[in-house]
Amino acid sequence: MSHHVIPRRVYFVIAALLMLLLAATAWVAELDLGRLSVVAALGIALVKALLVILYFMEVRYSSRLSWIVAGAGFFWLLILIALTMSDVLTRTAVTLPAE
Amino acid sequence: MAAPGPSQEPEPREHYLNASYGIRSWLLTKDHKRIALLFLASITFFFFIGGLFALMIRLELMTPPGDLFTSATYNRLFTMHGVIMVFFFLIPSIPAVLGNFLVPMMIGARDLAFPRLNLLSWYIYSIGGLFTMAVVLTGGVDTGWTFYTPYSSTYSNSQVALTVVGVFITGFSSILTGLNFIITIHKMRAPGLTWFRLPLFIWAHYSTSIIMVLGTPVVAIALLLVGLERLLHIGIFDPRLGGDPILFQHLFWFYSHPAVYIMILPAMGVISEVITCFAHKRLFGYNFVAAAAVAIAVLGFLVWGHHMFVSGQSMYAGMIFSFLSFLVAVPSAIKVFNWTATLYKGQIVYSTPMLYAFGFIGLFTMGGLTGLFLATLGVNIHVHDTYFIIAHFHYIMVGGAVMAYLGGIHFWWPKISGKLYPEGWGRLAALIVFIGFNLTFFPQFILGYLGMPRRYHAYPDEFVVLNVMSTAGATILGVGYLLPLVYLIWSMRYGKSAGSNPWNAKGLEWQTTSPPSTENFPITPVVTEEAYNYVPEPIGHG
Amino acid sequence: MAESATATALAHQFDDLEQQREAGYLGMWTFLVTEILFFGGIFTGYTAYRALYPEAFAIGSHHLDYWLGTINTAVLILSSLTMALAVHASQLGRRRSLIGFLAATMTLGTAFLVVKWFEYAHKFEIGWIPGPDFAYRGPHAPQVELFVSFYFALTGMHALHMVVGLGILAVLLVQARRGRFSSEYHSPVVVSGLYWHFVDIVWIFLYPLLYLIGAHH
Repeated sequence: MSHHVIPRRVYFVIAALLMLLLAATAWVAELDLGRLSVVAALGIALVKALLVILYFMEVRYSSRLSWIVAGAGFFWLLILIALTMSDVLTRTAVTLPAE
Repeated sequence: MAAPGPSQEPEPREHYLNASYGIRSWLLTKDHKRIALLFLASITFFFFIGGLFALMIRLELMTPPGDLFTSATYNRLFTMHGVIMVFFFLIPSIPAVLGNFLVPMMIGARDLAFPRLNLLSWYIYSIGGLFTMAVVLTGGVDTGWTFYTPYSSTYSNSQVALTVVGVFITGFSSILTGLNFIITIHKMRAPGLTWFRLPLFIWAHYSTSIIMVLGTPVVAIALLLVGLERLLHIGIFDPRLGGDPILFQHLFWFYSHPAVYIMILPAMGVISEVITCFAHKRLFGYNFVAAAAVAIAVLGFLVWGHHMFVSGQSMYAGMIFSFLSFLVAVPSAIKVFNWTATLYKGQIVYSTPMLYAFGFIGLFTMGGLTGLFLATLGVNIHVHDTYFIIAHFHYIMVGGAVMAYLGGIHFWWPKISGKLYPEGWGRLAALIVFIGFNLTFFPQFILGYLGMPRRYHAYPDEFVVLNVMSTAGATILGVGYLLPLVYLIWSMRYGKSAGSNPWNAKGLEWQTTSPPSTENFPITPVVTEEAYNYVPEPIGHG
Repeated sequence: MAESATATALAHQFDDLEQQREAGYLGMWTFLVTEILFFGGIFTGYTAYRALYPEAFAIGSHHLDYWLGTINTAVLILSSLTMALAVHASQLGRRRSLIGFLAATMTLGTAFLVVKWFEYAHKFEIGWIPGPDFAYRGPHAPQVELFVSFYFALTGMHALHMVVGLGILAVLLVQARRGRFSSEYHSPVVVSGLYWHFVDIVWIFLYPLLYLIGAHH
């Protein structure tokens, strides 16, 4: 949050970019990228989210504390997902040792 | 001097307690100090309800056969004990009572950043509490306070939905408190009060608030999903659909492990204040203790899988969590060393709060060290779900957090009420609590090590002596808890006038009247010195 | 400068409007962090199950309406634009523009919910509701039911937040019409904007994760 009033055309540009990225998301989904599909889709979503956060939510023009607060939320979610998946993806069948 | 004499200061004529009268002035207050007292009343109520359930558990366990209650009823007793003590007593206790009262005062502010959100926090807590009382009155819930699926989501025939709604609602109380503290501490410090001049009580509550904000939403959604599964058959944890019950445990413990740091960090904050005052000495290693608080808050989020070593979690994840769990012990140890160094060559006063602080250091250390046993994968396999675990967490939560809470209540009672409590009774009660506590829980370490499982209402005859000792201890502990209830209320009417600083303590809260005015300070103070700027008094003084 | 309007807007615990404004902004961001973790819990479950049951998730995703999902995403992006323009108007004290953009945002938000209503109604019609009567009996049926559970949990939670957002906007609209806001005091608009944009961000992630799995088939 700031005293700096962002000129209106910035919002229009960002909105246009977001629409373009939406089209890109749909287009990329049509390609057969195998396992990379998810990465591509999430990557584009991340860029869209960043545009909204930095410009619509004005974090780009705000104090560093705002950056840290916003970043911390996403980072902590990453911790939750990463450590949970470290379990889900590495489970092996438990077999009894042969007699 | 341990027992301060009655103050020569005239009692302030108008202060926050008498500034306005009538029940509406309390139920619609925006004053953080009144809200703290509202919370004090509520959590004291739930403490004794949770204590009643504990009493029933210990009565059953006095004899080996399960002869007092059926196992189905017993399941409800320990579940209700856990749910109430964790969510309705321990989590809010210090932050919602002492934190609410003191955070604005310690930083020289007139109130928290969002006073109406603060009041809302109490109402949300109370509504959640009503749901819980409804559960108590309609048969209780039997899943264990951990609500593991699929028992909780599919098979239990108890009031699961009602309970999870109550806990879900109360979680928002915690979130709002944490949010309020974070913004207040960042934005409303008095002039000159830089971060490294803050009392460690503030650092502790700041770290706690980070945990509250980041962790609570995850348990909220975990419980909500259990509720949805029960009510709407949205089967996310249902194994029949390929659902993973362990997923619930991940979501649950992601909060519930850091939750124990929500319980202990504020307690550590209290201890830093009490020890510096009654050793009349600056805190040794202030920067380390402050950094350790933040480190505990952060590292505490990386270890939750140590509750799940035998759940079916991957062995590799187990190893990662075990290693990280060893790490998280380090900052806690740093704090214990620094408190001890603070005591060294201090001018010790054996006041009631100081007795509780001594108890805390010893008992918290024991509880913490046994945590290392539990972080060790090999040992954990044997003692998981035994009384060893129960002893471990009660040492930290009761021997640690509750003792710090009581110590804090006594330390700041003169500020809160304007009165002195009877010091003799205070010290007696502290001693009774210490003895009762150890008699209750030390035998449980041995019982667990010998193999007695938790959550069982019957046990083999060979465990009877230790169980009887434990029950005896619990009775003594109960007496120790009832005493302060009596004499603190007594002191509100008959206690001697305290004056603004009966303990001769440093800290902004002691620079204003007892009880404080509604606005806390007539003029916003300007801070020019470090925290705990105690100067040793010449020998022979006092 | 409307001194009297701003003087009464300063809460007693704050020293000045600047402090109050910053506190409000940071406070809302802190609340949004809790929302990230709240939705994040469901996303975590989603990640685990998608990794375990990729085919079932693809089947489930194919049975969602790709076009409705895409249109809804565009609608929300547009609503974030109108919300940002509303905030901008409030920063410049332009009351009529503020009211207009708030109304536009509400209209777009409502449109989103109407589309969602149609999607949900269709699911009810064809029996794609998790529970004992789940209608799909093809391959991986139990795990497809899991996917649909996540669909409802995620979009349902999101829709709930949209409804709350509409309520907030309605309150803002009423206050704006009463002239409550000015270039000095407009932080409720800013702070509500943050909430609205966040709800948009959640959908930005939901859209590909729910509607576009294996879309190349």
